[in-house]
Amino acid sequence: MLDPQDRIRFEQLVLPHLDSAVNLARWILRNRADSDDVVQDATLRAYRFFGQFHGGDARAWLLQIVRNTCYTWLQKNRPSELTTEFDEEVHQKPSPNPETLATQADERQRLMSALESLSPRFREVLVLRELEGCSYKEIGEITGIPIGTVMSTLSRARERLRQTLTGVPGAAVKEVS
Amino acid sequence: MNCELAETTIHGYFDGELDAVRSAEFERHLEHCPQCQAALERVDSLRVQLQQNDLHEHASPELREKIRKQFAQEISITPTLAWKKWFLLPAFGTLAAAAALITIMLVAIPSHREATLTAELIDAHVRSLQPGHLFDVQSTDQHTVKPWFDGKLDFIPPVADYAAQGFPLVGGRLDVVDGHNVAALVYARRKHFINVFVWPNREKKTVADTSGSRQGYSWVAGQSGDMQIYLISDVAPSDLRELKGLIRP
Repeated sequence: MLDPQDRIRFEQLVLPHLDSAVNLARWILRNRADSDDVVQDATLRAYRFFGQFHGGDARAWLLQIVRNTCYTWLQKNRPSELTTEFDEEVHQKPSPNPETLATQADERQRLMSALESLSPRFREVLVLRELEGCSYKEIGEITGIPIGTVMSTLSRARERLRQTLTGVPGAAVKEVS
Repeated sequence: MNCELAETTIHGYFDGELDAVRSAEFERHLEHCPQCQAALERVDSLRVQLQQNDLHEHASPELREKIRKQFAQEISITPTLAWKKWFLLPAFGTLAAAAALITIMLVAIPSHREATLTAELIDAHVRSLQPGHLFDVQSTDQHTVKPWFDGKLDFIPPVADYAAQGFPLVGGRLDVVDGHNVAALVYARRKHFINVFVWPNREKKTVADTSGSRQGYSWVAGQSGDMQIYLISDVAPSDLRELKGLIRP
């Protein structure tokens, strides 16, 4: 149990980042219900480990725990996703009829399925950079990717997403770092 | 011709991760490299797509509530909570049954040590600061707070407002400490709350004045009339002593 002052610090520092936690978990797990469970579990872990948080970037600290909890969860429940490089099932081919005008909803759906077809390692760096606005340093902290390779991982992830969206076969982009 | 920078440096540049010197260098290169210009446009339009399609998920109110409850549980894994919940059941009319239980507990529970009591009271203080837990009766009027305790306790706690002295009464509630129903009076001190726990001195010998601090909280304890009183807060111990001095049986 935390002492009361730590508890108040926890509420002030960590809980404001709950949206970011849910966002990251949802994109790693590709499912809202599972991500809520995982985030609940992760915040409890964060709470118990809070004694080990010595100041600094509270969001990155929480997201690191959320991310690890996600991967542990995947390992246990959907281990195949950790090794799949590209998920054909999720990936929707671009509309065969070029004259169809894509509505905003279609566009969103297309982006979602493109993102979801990527491997979780690509997905997480894209989500952290483009949706969370994390710096390379923060991305490194959260994902454990050495800071020197954050840029190249992001470069490959962007390229893969772009190819998925434009329908160009993505075989050229390998995940190996 | 393939420009290598279009696959590497362009990202660092676009993400604002290059230092000033490398950034300026790259800008000079960019002016003359159509490949990098095209790559820059691609990453930019990808970002715009991702950011303008409402892909960021948010925590639902349900999840926030679940997490809040989870912490409330985590914080109060002390045996007293179970009792407190029990005592706070609406069926409070069964006071007789409760009294019987207290008697049983008095016999069954070995006499407490001062340290355990302090820890328990600090827990009770911390619990009370959770949203919605501070008062059962919220009023700055002693004539509202005092009658509220009628029939809920087998003693009459000393309730008075000390707003004039800088300790306004803000409310009261029932709490359970060491198996006993106690009155908890809540006073404000600037932006802090002070819990004053009161219960009858059942040991029939005068309780010595004690004070101390732990986990960032201070307490001052002693006797007032035939009541034991225990003040806990994160305010300065001198404030607590001042308030204790004001309390008259």
